[in-house]
Amino acid sequence: MYANETYFPPGEEELAELIAQAADKKLPVEICGNRTKRWIGRPMQVAARISMSEMRGVTLYEPTELVLSAKAGTPLTEIEALLDEHNQEFAFEPARLERLFAGRSDEQPTIGGILGSNSSGPRRMLRGSARDHLLGIRAVNGLGEVIKSGGRVMKNVTGYDLGRGLAGSWGTLAALSEVTLKVLPKAEEVRSLIFLNLPDEGAVSAMCQAMGTPYEVTGTVHLPAAFVERLSDPDIAKLGQSVTALRLENFSHAVAHRAGRLHEKLKPLGTIYELDDERSRSFWADICSLTFLAGSDRPLWRITTAPDRGAKLVRAVRAHLECDAAYEWSGGLIWVEVAPASDAAATMLRRIIAEFEADAMLVRASQTTRGAVDVFHPLLEGNMSLVRGLKEAFDPHRILNPGRMYAGV
Amino acid sequence: MSGISILEPRDVVIEKKDALINSLKKLLSERSLVADEAGRRVFETDALTAYRKLPMAVVLPSSTEEVSRVLNFCHLANVRIVARGAGTSLSGGALPLEDSIVLGMSRMNRVLEVNLESRYIRVQTGITNLGVSNAVAPSRFFYAPDPSSQLACTIGGNIAMNSGGAHCLKYGVTVNNVLGLKMVMMNGDIVEFGGPHLDAAGYDFLPLIVGSEGQFGVVTEATLRILPQAEGARPVMIGFRSSEAAGACVSGIIGKGIVPVAMEFMDRPAIKVCEEFAHAGYPLDVEALLIIEVEGAPEEMDALLTQIKEIASEFDPKVIKVSESEEESAAIWKGRKAAFGAIGRISDYYCMDGVIPLASLPQALTGVAEICRKHDLQVANIFHAGDGNLHPLILYDANDEAEKARAEHAGEEILTLCVELGGCLTGEHGVGIEKRELMGVQFNEVDIAQQMRVKSVFDPQWLLNPGKVFPLKAQEAFTARVR
Repeated sequence: MYANETYFPPGEEELAELIAQAADKKLPVEICGNRTKRWIGRPMQVAARISMSEMRGVTLYEPTELVLSAKAGTPLTEIEALLDEHNQEFAFEPARLERLFAGRSDEQPTIGGILGSNSSGPRRMLRGSARDHLLGIRAVNGLGEVIKSGGRVMKNVTGYDLGRGLAGSWGTLAALSEVTLKVLPKAEEVRSLIFLNLPDEGAVSAMCQAMGTPYEVTGTVHLPAAFVERLSDPDIAKLGQSVTALRLENFSHAVAHRAGRLHEKLKPLGTIYELDDERSRSFWADICSLTFLAGSDRPLWRITTAPDRGAKLVRAVRAHLECDAAYEWSGGLIWVEVAPASDAAATMLRRIIAEFEADAMLVRASQTTRGAVDVFHPLLEGNMSLVRGLKEAFDPHRILNPGRMYAGV
Repeated sequence: MSGISILEPRDVVIEKKDALINSLKKLLSERSLVADEAGRRVFETDALTAYRKLPMAVVLPSSTEEVSRVLNFCHLANVRIVARGAGTSLSGGALPLEDSIVLGMSRMNRVLEVNLESRYIRVQTGITNLGVSNAVAPSRFFYAPDPSSQLACTIGGNIAMNSGGAHCLKYGVTVNNVLGLKMVMMNGDIVEFGGPHLDAAGYDFLPLIVGSEGQFGVVTEATLRILPQAEGARPVMIGFRSSEAAGACVSGIIGKGIVPVAMEFMDRPAIKVCEEFAHAGYPLDVEALLIIEVEGAPEEMDALLTQIKEIASEFDPKVIKVSESEEESAAIWKGRKAAFGAIGRISDYYCMDGVIPLASLPQALTGVAEICRKHDLQVANIFHAGDGNLHPLILYDANDEAEKARAEHAGEEILTLCVELGGCLTGEHGVGIEKRELMGVQFNEVDIAQQMRVKSVFDPQWLLNPGKVFPLKAQEAFTARVR
């Protein structure tokens, strides 16, 4: 292991050997897949880089058992193509964070990166997150030891659930080498109910009401006009007004029934338009790949809160800051684009949202800004000491993606 | 059953027992402390009743602050803590230690907040699993994980063991339905994780704590996801001439893109016992029975059941019977949910909780039968077919020590077989004391050491529910090294 080199281990054994060498020399290393999310997180100072991108391939796929294993460096698109042959998919809909940096890279995210960032799309609310669909992992910790957790079966409470604990840890605890995930059948039909020009409060109320029905709404989004124009459906992009969308996915007979019922329930809120199967699929692909946030360099915040507080939170922010806000997860996930500022408005934003039990992560900002403010939401000391403890338990020499999430971790 | 060794009490703690209890008396209200022997006896075991240990004292806290005071005291006095919900653990997860204090959480059973718009409920963890669903049922919502013991078991116990249930194929297990936790650390610090919001960025401690078998802290409050009830639910019973045919039918259904809300399997001995108990109308002349439940509006369920019946007919079923009324549906589920109790009426039994890949079901059942035949024991099998969770119930006579020992050996062999087939030791009951020594079948030393290092982050003194989960020698070596 030498400084300033990038290593592409062909397998887990070589990966373990490299990390063991780095540990031995106390060399901090960047752990990555195809680096499509390299602009997210605090800037790191590393001596070398280890990429999983040569560790690829689906190692197990049993469609009738709803399970798939792949090496961490396998591109997401490769897996999705295979699943598609069997009319299956990842029910959590991997969110495509790399699209936030459109134009900077045309690489595809790896499945390891999806889990490392726990990126979940619109269906997360009903069906769970990437980590919820994770069944097992193999990984290399910061000592260069191969560890495993979970397995290939749906239910498993044997020992602690280290795999799910690694989801969303951005490569700071261990380098994932292989992941096993639950997969599910694709729906026969997709249909969307659309409202135009609802105010934020009305939109969140519509989304929450829809989620409170038994009709299994699998996606909810509210986009302001400024974001709508970035969508790829030209007829929608040119609307020039906000769009609120609710998605139904199921067997065709069920979709028809449920759309009718939902229509009936929500019609007091405004005129409802419908998108058919084909246009729905294209619309929600845009939502999942965050097309509505692409093509801008403005600082972008990802805020999560209780869904019914979403619109109130944004109103409080707007009282102090000029911003555009989009809502997913029925108001529980808010993307807030703010005007350029040296701290991306971090101090003010976090002060305002403090009363909403919310969490704010700065997902897009210049390197200088990301080095100057807390990218991940600051934690209370009790939680932070557990964060440090967990780092110590997996990576005692602090060599894996050091500082990417928190200084000194 | 008595083959499992229990962590030895430490003399230094036992010697100062009276002083400790006097100190606790000063710390707590009188009604919060149980020190008399008769009172403590109530807590000496859980649902793995073959093992019993009398704790030094039992504390029944009524607030997070009270839990915090007790833990801080025990942290300073170096006293072990065993947190307990309703004591329904089948793996000895709530078994006290003789030098421990049991924290019985049953008094902390209040609903703190219901938010239907954001679809969550905040509760104290001593509330029962069914109590949560009941609290939101008038609004037609429910809490999804539904272990068979849901009438009695607490949310705190569910969190400790990451409990599942018959309907988790569609809705997930506890870890998928917990949004936030308030937990008291061993030193008394109160820490919160998550909340009513989803997926905060940062390390996700929830899946580490859920399923940690009470070894990371004492969870006093939980924010749980609640879901709107389906418009309706209807089961179909399908009887097959072989378990192979039943397994193939399950694969066939999933292969057609249908994921029913539940798919439950019973073998011939299990069917017989459950039918005698529940009079559910189960067919008695079949080798395997599937109960498959679908949800939705009446016409949706009709369409799905028609499809399922078509698929099933490819596997030469002997009986297909769709429930025609609420009463029939209730009876069908009553039989299945009462399976453990029904079998308990005819014999003592030892309940296994292995998981296998669905495709290996025939192999697993053959293996289980062979193992039990070899040990001269009878067995009945209950199987959550959708997720591969196999519950062989080994029948034995608790008054016959030799037979008890044979049942334990058979159990070990069955679980080892599950791991060999690509599955795991436990799907929903947890490791507890019961499967502790088998951890090496599934994990190597490096894996186990990594888990123990994570445990130490939360509880560096190893005072929380010790002697569970990890092989005793491994824990002792690890804690000795850390000291």
